[in-house]
Amino acid sequence: MTDERNEITLHGIAASPGIVYGRAYVFTKHTPRIEERAVTADEAEQEIARMEGAVERSEKELQKILRFTEEKVGSQKAKIFEAQIMILMDTVLFDAVRRRIRKELKSAESIVHKEISKYQQMMLKSPDEYMRERAHDVEDVKNRLIRNIQQDRLISRFDSKSIVISELLTPADTVLFSRNDVLAYATDMGGTTSHAALLSRSLKIPSVVGLKEVTKHVQQGDWVLVDGYAGTVVVHPTRETVSRLNKKKREHRQFEERLVQIRDLSAQTTDGKDVRLSGNIEFSQEFRYLSQQGAHGIGLYRTEGIFLRSDGYPSEQAQYQEYKTIVEKAKPYKVVMRTLDIGGDKVVAETHEEENPFLGWRGIRISLDKPEVFRTQLRAMLRASAHGDVGIMLPMISGIKEIRRAKEHIAAAKEELRAEGTPFDETVKLGVMIEVPAAAVLAGDIAQEVDFLSIGTNDLIQYLIAVDRGNETVSSLYQEFHPAVIKTIHHIIKEGHRHGRPVSMCGEMAGDPVATLLLLGLGLDEFSVAPVVLPEIKKIIRSVSYRETEEIARHVLEMKTEEDIKDFLRVNLHSMVPELLLE
Amino acid sequence: MIEREVTITNRAGLHTRPAAALVKLAAKYRCEFVIVKDGYEINGKSIIGVMTLAAEQGSTLLLRFDGEDEGPAAAEVAGLIERGFDEV
Repeated sequence: MTDERNEITLHGIAASPGIVYGRAYVFTKHTPRIEERAVTADEAEQEIARMEGAVERSEKELQKILRFTEEKVGSQKAKIFEAQIMILMDTVLFDAVRRRIRKELKSAESIVHKEISKYQQMMLKSPDEYMRERAHDVEDVKNRLIRNIQQDRLISRFDSKSIVISELLTPADTVLFSRNDVLAYATDMGGTTSHAALLSRSLKIPSVVGLKEVTKHVQQGDWVLVDGYAGTVVVHPTRETVSRLNKKKREHRQFEERLVQIRDLSAQTTDGKDVRLSGNIEFSQEFRYLSQQGAHGIGLYRTEGIFLRSDGYPSEQAQYQEYKTIVEKAKPYKVVMRTLDIGGDKVVAETHEEENPFLGWRGIRISLDKPEVFRTQLRAMLRASAHGDVGIMLPMISGIKEIRRAKEHIAAAKEELRAEGTPFDETVKLGVMIEVPAAAVLAGDIAQEVDFLSIGTNDLIQYLIAVDRGNETVSSLYQEFHPAVIKTIHHIIKEGHRHGRPVSMCGEMAGDPVATLLLLGLGLDEFSVAPVVLPEIKKIIRSVSYRETEEIARHVLEMKTEEDIKDFLRVNLHSMVPELLLE
Repeated sequence: MIEREVTITNRAGLHTRPAAALVKLAAKYRCEFVIVKDGYEINGKSIIGVMTLAAEQGSTLLLRFDGEDEGPAAAEVAGLIERGFDEV
């Protein structure tokens, strides 16, 4: 079963949990080789027939993918394929192809390639991100057609159960593969919020993304081990590695079975302190998985998804529909909606280049500069509040003035709705993300302006330590357990509580099991985490007493280095929750 | 030949759905139908062409109809765009 070649371990991002061992199916998205073959007038008619057959086959394939996507993940995500089918039905396009084949006397695939690429080039020139993405859809259709013209073996037809290794998986690839016996996915590119990652989670297929060069190290048929918990892929694993990972897999399975038992219970410590445990989501489709994981509401609903999916800015109605869906699904629990937090590493609708995007035009700064966009979003959120429990949260706040200006917009939006007689919840709560050090210092003043605070650790840590996580030269300086980070979190919670405001955390740290004891002990009221880690965090909270964690937090506040803090927390976690499986 | 100038009024602009509605309506008429935007011409009966226009809210399009049923075609197509594709 094992390989004599050297074992290689590659590190990526854990996108969907699970451990799998199997043979690799390397799926290269090579652009099909296009033969520009000259044909006779008679052959040209055969070429046209081949092209027509390919259009028909491609449409059937896409219809199948469309139906399958609708069934498995809902109609919203299936829209991508509808657009591709419409292109296949474009009679003007294919009339032009027919004409050119007859006139230029060239093979069908070369004319299809030239004719479709023409449109693709124009789309790629667009400054609009949405348009450039549509160019990829056009690319997908083109490649599918050419592949069918060449009667290539369909990529999805692999015989045995395989682990799919690829540079990047498009949503179509992920769904089609899942019809077959895909054991796992491992890709060079992509992040946890990529379409492929979201789909593989909802299809429950283990996956690791962002491996950078997994396609370079793996050959067709190689034995590969994918660890979707740790985010690693082991190529040619030794017998020892396989049995170690098999053991881990069994432990995880048993542990997960036990976690199911506490799914519907609250996150309460052994001495009776209740903590709210909610989830972070970006798409309404993620909600099902989130509630299966036992979340009590949504502590961070990222609204960027709907903005990135539509061209320009989505209408109030479109936003309202999306928000309302989420609010109704989350009932009776609360949904905290964050206003648009585009910028920094994300994409702004306009082309806008900045020397230092993380210190630039982003979050609330954009909203306040574009009042019509902000007002539209606030109206949609307020209208959604008529259907359940909604909190509105402002990102990237750095001072009181920004909060007051945002509040003026909220008051005006409420006034408009009242005048129109449109229902909304008059008591809707307002909160602020504490992620800029200035806001952390002013936590007490900010608490007096709003109803709740939520700590966004990812940015807070970057800004506090002045380190860019994406810059490999300095990324090791990014420390979650840096004493300054912990003292800052302590300060924010203390100041929030001094003014009677609850404090939550929605950054990655909230979902790190090593941090749970500390955050509990510091008095955090709500943990909003990625759905994947939710049961584990609940397990920890339910296994310890608040008293003990307060003691731990006090001790940690005295410690001087991140290494000491981490060791101390790991040792305590291990002794207090021995069945926990730490990476 | 009839020429009509129209402005895209719906928020999302001429994205996939409205583009499909436009092409579908245009296909009912026999006349030729060309859309001109910023000096760039496409066949208004081609979905891939219309998608390429990337016409956002507020952009102006010149519609050109040529053929026996150009009158009703111009009225219907321009009407659809001006009504914002009946989006709310």
